[in-house]
Amino acid sequence: MTVTNSTDLITAEQISKHFPLPDGKGEFTVLSDVSLSVKSGEVVALLGRSGSGKSTLLRIMAGLIPPSQGQVLSNGKPLRGANTDVAMVFQSFALLPWLTVQENVELGLEARGVKREERRQRALKAIDIVGLDGFESAYPKELSGGMKQRVGFARAFVLEPQVLFMDEPFSALDVLTSENLRGEIDDLWNAKAFPSKSILIVTHNIEEAVFLADRVVILGSNPGVIRGEVVIDLPRPHDRSSPRFASFVDYIYTVMTNPEIEVTGKVVAKTAPAAVLSPYAKALPHARVGGISGLLELIVDQGTIDIPRLSERLQLAVDDLLPILDAAVLLGFAEVSQGDVQIKEIGRDFATTTILRSKDLFRQQALAHVPVLNSIVETLRGKRSGSMRADFFLDLWDEHFPHPEAERQFATAVDWGRYAELFEYDASENRLYLPEVTADLENTENQGS
Amino acid sequence: MKTFPTPEVLRRFPFGLADIAVILGTLALLALIAQLGAGTLVSFEPPNIVPTVDLDPRNLPYYAGRSTLRMFIALFFSTVFTLVYGYLAAYSPRAERVMIPLLDILQSVPVLGFLSITVTGFIALFPGSLLGLEAASIFAIFTSQVWNMTFSFYQSLRTVPKELIEAATLYQLSSWQRFTQLELPSAMIGLLWNAMMSFGGGWFFVAASEAISVLNQEYTLPGIGSYVAAAIGDENLSALGWALLTIAIVIVVVDQLFWRPLIAWSDKFRMEQSAAAEAPESWVYDLLQAARIPRMLGKLITPGKETLNQFLSKLTPPPATFKPDPSQNRRGDRFFNTILVMIIGGLIAWALHFISTTVGIGEVFIAFGLGILTLLRVTVLLLLATVIWTPIGVAIGFNPKLARALQPVVQFLASFPANFIFPFATLFFIRSNISIEWGSILLMALGAQWYILFNSIAGARSIPTDLREMADDIGLKGWQRWKKLIIPGIFSAWVTGGVTASGGAWNASIVSEIVTWGSTTLTATGLGTYIAEATSAGDWPRITLGISMMSLFVVGINRLLWRRLYQLAEAKYHL
Repeated sequence: MTVTNSTDLITAEQISKHFPLPDGKGEFTVLSDVSLSVKSGEVVALLGRSGSGKSTLLRIMAGLIPPSQGQVLSNGKPLRGANTDVAMVFQSFALLPWLTVQENVELGLEARGVKREERRQRALKAIDIVGLDGFESAYPKELSGGMKQRVGFARAFVLEPQVLFMDEPFSALDVLTSENLRGEIDDLWNAKAFPSKSILIVTHNIEEAVFLADRVVILGSNPGVIRGEVVIDLPRPHDRSSPRFASFVDYIYTVMTNPEIEVTGKVVAKTAPAAVLSPYAKALPHARVGGISGLLELIVDQGTIDIPRLSERLQLAVDDLLPILDAAVLLGFAEVSQGDVQIKEIGRDFATTTILRSKDLFRQQALAHVPVLNSIVETLRGKRSGSMRADFFLDLWDEHFPHPEAERQFATAVDWGRYAELFEYDASENRLYLPEVTADLENTENQGS
Repeated sequence: MKTFPTPEVLRRFPFGLADIAVILGTLALLALIAQLGAGTLVSFEPPNIVPTVDLDPRNLPYYAGRSTLRMFIALFFSTVFTLVYGYLAAYSPRAERVMIPLLDILQSVPVLGFLSITVTGFIALFPGSLLGLEAASIFAIFTSQVWNMTFSFYQSLRTVPKELIEAATLYQLSSWQRFTQLELPSAMIGLLWNAMMSFGGGWFFVAASEAISVLNQEYTLPGIGSYVAAAIGDENLSALGWALLTIAIVIVVVDQLFWRPLIAWSDKFRMEQSAAAEAPESWVYDLLQAARIPRMLGKLITPGKETLNQFLSKLTPPPATFKPDPSQNRRGDRFFNTILVMIIGGLIAWALHFISTTVGIGEVFIAFGLGILTLLRVTVLLLLATVIWTPIGVAIGFNPKLARALQPVVQFLASFPANFIFPFATLFFIRSNISIEWGSILLMALGAQWYILFNSIAGARSIPTDLREMADDIGLKGWQRWKKLIIPGIFSAWVTGGVTASGGAWNASIVSEIVTWGSTTLTATGLGTYIAEATSAGDWPRITLGISMMSLFVVGINRLLWRRLYQLAEAKYHL
């Protein structure tokens, strides 16, 4: 039993969350034995790759979904429904398009039964704080993305919550707008004028986490566990140009690209991943072959490149970049160490040679390093017709992943398998085939012409 | 198309012309309703005192008013029903399992076949007054409108964006606030469009339900439908012409004064977070916006509205996010399912018993055979309508200017009650000796074909311009162009049109397989005639059998054909 500190505002105690898999095939674990507390006066960032359950954890702490095991304490009391100490800023803004800015901001107050005149005054104040004076009677569709998210902030501010929750609040905005809004929120916090006591922000942007947070909690994937936390002991506001800022960012990149490393600092919990038996249990990183070879072509000149710089050069969010890197590493085309990515000889070959040869190289690497592709080919060879219904394979994935993820795994495997000419997929018949012998193909082509 | 001064112009007047127009309009509307409403309460004692219809065209505005009033009363009940039924179905998983399949079946049941049952029931409910007949007619219109609306509302409730629901939960909106601020607004556009389309379809049933002979008895309500019926009996062509003109005017007026403003208003409930390219326009809506009186009234009632909202919010606490243990639910579910299966089994057994003890099982095969004949007619109709209207629809759809101009015309044609044209067609069949066996296909098509045209236009408009340019560029022509670009492009729209047209045609078969002109009656062999004859003879077993058989046909074809085509459209031809 965790003893709750008097300054703890919201505490998650040994939270686990399972979702049932389709057809009663057991459960998929999103979060496993996660404990986290938010103290008064701090900004905590939850950082993790997609699939780490960071948004699920946020929603459990907000009382939007119940945990499977464990409990959430809010102000010392166990949570039984929506958390009234919390207000949330959503990634997609979640504004009601048929209400004006003012009406959207007043919504939460109205629900609490606040009288009309007081509602109006408080809403105007909140709108003023986020700098939307003069837009009170505008409808959301008249506003730009950045201004919409300002309304989202005002709607949360007006309730003066104990903790402000943010679910990737800047990721739907363009680079300049998000930079601007992030800076303003940070200024507001540093000026001690913030309408809440603490902030909990979910993000996949490492620089954003280091810039805003006092503490970055890093989540690991499949199932989601807390790998550890990094305390950002920089003077506020965090200066991006300081060398220590850069070393924090580098360190976190290193940790995130190496799921095996232990996160130094106060490590909260660490569970060993379950032994992998089936080739279908190991998740393929969702990267297209085109993406992988594009990335390799980009780094082929340098040989080695810093991941944060790569991310910046490509204008790609970490969530989008990491799967491609993972795929390149999995296939043995590149190596990652100390926040750097380094291309291997075979990767260099793959990136620079002709299309036919690169297909050969890809097939060789895929068969050597991706057991699931091997398994599919074996299954198809075992059939006299050399073909199999796609559902058969989907069912195998279904045993390890929720159905949407199983479908994505299937799509990725098909993309790789098709490129490597290991098998073919007919979407209308929903079947996988071994490719026909090339000689046959050439014959029919000759006859056709 | 602006036919009226813009709001800016109207605002220049201090207490503007707009206000005067609004006051006068409101007064006129109230007077009209009072006048029409009084008529529904006159005494009526069948079979001695039955209201008669006067064929003098000067009475037509009054008759049209009575019919329109019926339409609006039915619309009101449809809306109330939709909100309650859709809400329950969307939020109770158990209720959903019964209510949605039931809705599916009710949608396919021929409304006209029901008239016999409802007329007798409602007359017994209001003895000695026209209210019974009035209610039966309104009920017929109601059943023609309500299912579409309910389905659309249910679908909208199921597709409210997840983050909006989360925001509503986190900000502790009461169930009442959720309903008025989140659920109803997000369903509004779909609900209004469906209501408007169903309302258009309702005119057909007004005409069919005002004058009806049930159980060997003639029932007549004052209204435009009974006017047409009387004109047919009288072989009075000029009266028919006047009725045609009147109904056309009424449809246009209702569209301009009621639906256009509502559609223009509902544009603010659009989910897209960016401004729409072309917002719907309505001069009545502009007028109401320009006038001060509506806004002043709005301000006056704000405190009252506020108190009412607070009160209702207190009554309806926010729904719980933490659901009770599912294992307990499961046992309840099993019990619930058992009861359900027993009820369905009991109903089937009862129907079979009823039919076998009265008309015998052999009659079932006769009805089935007649059903096949009607099915053939519906199929021929769909094929012909497709061959004729799809090319025209595509040509219109590829020309944006023409499409914009013709869209309201096609919408008008779709809501124009085809049974007003029937007498002219009947006369034509008699004069030119065309057999009704074939002619009834044309009659059914008079109403149903427009859905094919309407959707072909919409489908063609949805084909992206660059695809068409690509087709031009690589020189796709003629049949190649149709096969590779147009047919796949409009396929899902065509399926939507086809399913609506087929449903409409089945329903119309009851009035189009048997038609009269004066003393001549033309009768085609088919399930529609079977039901119509059983209804006027008051033959309960055959009514039951006929309606069940037709419902079975419609549901079966929906499941076996349309649903599959729809899935194909979704999976393969989705643009």
